[in-house]
Amino acid sequence: MIRDFGIVWTERGLLLNGLANTAILSLVSVVGALLLGFVLTPALMSKKPAVSRAARAFVDGMRCIPFLLFAYIVYYGFPSIGINLDNWGAGLLALTIYNAAYMAEILRGAWAALPRDEIEAGVAFGFSELRLFRRIILPPLVLSAGPVIGNQLIQIIKDSAFLTIIALPELTHAASSIQSRYYVPFAAFITAVALYWGLCLIVEAGVNVLRQLADARR
Amino acid sequence: MTTSNPVLSVVGVSKSFGDNEVLSDVSFQVGKGETVCVLGPSGSGKSTLLRCINWLERPDVGQIHLNGEPVGVTSGGVVMNDRRLSRIRTRIGMVFQHFALWPHLTVLQNLMEAPVQVQRRPRAEIRDEALGLLAKVGLSDKRDAFPARLSGGQKQRVGIARALAMRPDLLLFDEPTSALDPELVGEVLVVMRDLAREGMTMVIVTHEMAFAREAATRVLFLDRGRVVETGPPDRFFSRPETERARQFLQRYTGETSAGRRSA
Repeated sequence: MIRDFGIVWTERGLLLNGLANTAILSLVSVVGALLLGFVLTPALMSKKPAVSRAARAFVDGMRCIPFLLFAYIVYYGFPSIGINLDNWGAGLLALTIYNAAYMAEILRGAWAALPRDEIEAGVAFGFSELRLFRRIILPPLVLSAGPVIGNQLIQIIKDSAFLTIIALPELTHAASSIQSRYYVPFAAFITAVALYWGLCLIVEAGVNVLRQLADARR
Repeated sequence: MTTSNPVLSVVGVSKSFGDNEVLSDVSFQVGKGETVCVLGPSGSGKSTLLRCINWLERPDVGQIHLNGEPVGVTSGGVVMNDRRLSRIRTRIGMVFQHFALWPHLTVLQNLMEAPVQVQRRPRAEIRDEALGLLAKVGLSDKRDAFPARLSGGQKQRVGIARALAMRPDLLLFDEPTSALDPELVGEVLVVMRDLAREGMTMVIVTHEMAFAREAATRVLFLDRGRVVETGPPDRFFSRPETERARQFLQRYTGETSAGRRSA
């Protein structure tokens, strides 16, 4: 058993590369999903029925598809409608779009729960449009939605493991190739689990910082 | 009192929510340095009237002018875009019943936010003024505190200082003491009384009859969305002209002398 972990240690470069790729995938797609979410959220809350219904259909639809299936569609299915993406492009796009639906729903909930008075005070003091959003709505929104967004980031990190099926060299893919080369499944996969856990601890730490900032203002 | 150049002029404003007519053909003017207290029973349209002045609520008909400039609708009758309306709103300060301080900013940042971000005046100058205003409302030691750490009375004094930091031509108060514990009402009224004395132009919706009697230059009595009576506070409180006002005063002064004012 110790010998098995020794083998994994000799392949640490491969694992760390996988870890870095998982981190990059997760970070880029959480930022992308949040940005898309900020576009989708006003659409969800739009007073125009056509806009809000279309956004609602996208969000609800996306949340009902298993991520693995969606990744298959983007990588294997999109070429038939003329969109060819390499495994990185397909992986990032799938993670981003899929999680944008969740982010939009998270942000909509937090937005609806913000006290109306403070936003109205912003309007009364001459804030409007983008400035109102950026200065008055966004900061309390991030503070209150922060923990749930962090939770979703953990979900993204775990979902990114599915991308091993489109040969993206992320952490699960690295562990999997080590185990198939040396037949050390337990050691390889447990090491990967520990590394995923480490990533999640970092996210948790970030969420705790946000939580402290929010508590000081509550 | 209504000079040829009023700071605020409201002409023929009406507003309905569905079938419910909240304001009906309301007209009045506020001259420079006046303190006008808007009184009336709950549901008489006082807050809606205040919110129509800066177009937080859009009047169905009627005109509002600030220093001769139209608010909300251009002189050509076109509804203003957000940007133009926002520019006018920066000249009308507002104090809210539930304070509505921005929770993510410290006290000092609350005061500086709109002058820096919206009015774009020099930051150093704004900061000096804001510190001066905090001293004036007696909260210099709270400048780095977040609103959540303040008492209701302190929050409302910050609310007033925040409105003053805009250097407004007109200050609107929407029941500024109604959400306060009785023992905290006094500290807010003291600040408002000082402002009245200094000649700040103010429209105050309030249920504090003793304050209105002492600090107002004029009283506007609203009932069921109509201006029923208006005049100097002495006359209104001692010799009201209408039966409605008499009934209202009986109920309120009876209640207040037995209740919170004597506490």
